Amino acid sequence: MTEKTFMAGFGGQGIISLGQLWVYCGMKEGLNVTFFPYYGAEKRGGIARANVIVSDKEIASPLVTKPDSAIVMNMDSLPICEEIVKPNGTLLINSSLVKVDPNRKDVKVVKVPCNELAEEIGDVKIANMVMMGALSKVTGAVKLAKLEEVLKSFFPENKHKYIPMNIKAIEAGMNAVK
Amino acid sequence: MAEEKRLMKGNDAIGEAAIRAGCTAYFGYPITPQNELTAYMAKNMIDNKRTFIQAESEVAAINMVYGAAATGARAMTSSSSPGISLKQEGISYACGADLPLVVVNVMRSGPGLGGIVPSQADYFQSTRGGGHGDYYHFVLAPKSVQEAADLTYEAFDLADEWRMPAMVLADGLIGQMMEGVVLPEKRDLSKLPKKPWAVGHQGELKRPINHVTSINLVPQELEATVKARFERYAKIKASLQRFEELNIDKSDLVLVAYGTASRIALGALELAKADGINVGLLRPITLWPYPEKRVSELAQQGKRFLVVEMSMGQMVEDVRLAVNGRAQIDFYGRTGGMIPTEDEVYAEIRRILKK
Repeated sequence: MTEKTFMAGFGGQGIISLGQLWVYCGMKEGLNVTFFPYYGAEKRGGIARANVIVSDKEIASPLVTKPDSAIVMNMDSLPICEEIVKPNGTLLINSSLVKVDPNRKDVKVVKVPCNELAEEIGDVKIANMVMMGALSKVTGAVKLAKLEEVLKSFFPENKHKYIPMNIKAIEAGMNAVK
Repeated sequence: MAEEKRLMKGNDAIGEAAIRAGCTAYFGYPITPQNELTAYMAKNMIDNKRTFIQAESEVAAINMVYGAAATGARAMTSSSSPGISLKQEGISYACGADLPLVVVNVMRSGPGLGGIVPSQADYFQSTRGGGHGDYYHFVLAPKSVQEAADLTYEAFDLADEWRMPAMVLADGLIGQMMEGVVLPEKRDLSKLPKKPWAVGHQGELKRPINHVTSINLVPQELEATVKARFERYAKIKASLQRFEELNIDKSDLVLVAYGTASRIALGALELAKADGINVGLLRPITLWPYPEKRVSELAQQGKRFLVVEMSMGQMVEDVRLAVNGRAQIDFYGRTGGMIPTEDEVYAEIRRILKK
């Protein structure tokens, strides 16, 4: 099993955190993982991008040029993701912000209203966690089992009070694609 | 007992490995894409009650490393390509003074200020002596965050053992990427190698004067010093050429690539395998000393080579030297911060093999 995911959104949507937490959970589940962010000279703004791979084999190139799955968190990211996702791959779209349908007909499209679901739970900032739940459910690559324990080891202690909310968001994302 | 695997950025893992190797003095100046390394050292060297200085320039930083190394400290600096160019004078002086120290280059694209994205175009500078004079130093090329940590740790030992600088040659991808890493154990500073040649503390040690210098105005003496150093180089070349290889026996064509390019070559190898085409992979780990013996053996066996680099073709010259006209050598490279894809390399394999 190798799942290559490309993640994109605007700066501030938590693309980098999403990618890091995804591979961290993968690593805790015994997988090999790589996370390579796009890094630019911008101080703020721009599209945040992450190349993310989890695999039960040695990972060759850490660059994701033909993703099995792509996460589209905002409108500007759709053309980038649509161009590179591989045939029969999956586009996971944040339908709260992306109101158009992709042109590609040879890919699976999964729409998740991440912002709405996150706001219902209490904070739009955890829209990325909703999407992570959906990614887990759709790909099965990272199971996100024993989530509380894993999140406790990922976040510093002063952030632990936010863990229940993050778990709710992840579960909401999983349920949204049932 | 091995520690738990952690998720770390390459730059951070290099910093932590250096601290664990017993680096007691770090001097640096910020530059992308190695900034996290300098930042890591700023926090953690001071937390560990060791020396950290953000120098006023790269030139100052390398000369501070020279000074600290001369007193016997395990000293280190890091930078990225344009900054490493500025350090070359100091590296030449350290080679001329037989000083062990560690330099990390997280390569970006050039020449000049170039760009901030990954590249491998500093191979010539690293392996041919980027500064002036007759000299070489260790050049170690990690392919992963794990290896970046392991080779940085080992660089301090190699530098001390052979009394010469050791360079870890990574690139922006290795520096910026996160992977799982199991870190080596933290060294007891009291058990690091003794350096009776070092300067400083003369009063309390009551030893004769030591000189650490590269200058010698007597040509006969300087020639003898350089020749003695080259005998050391010959011993290193005889015993420390290091590489990893894969699928060589079954293959007529061998990919040769180091660092990030070797990861892409591995991907191309797997694509080829899926189509029933066998190619091998030779990945140099030491770029100096270059694994020329193995390349030569493979040429003798009738293999042909495809060298893959993130440059216009630099390591390919070492392959040509080792092959010495006995085999066909092709080259595929991207530059300017462009990273070749597995598909591009595979297309090149098919073109060469006419498949």
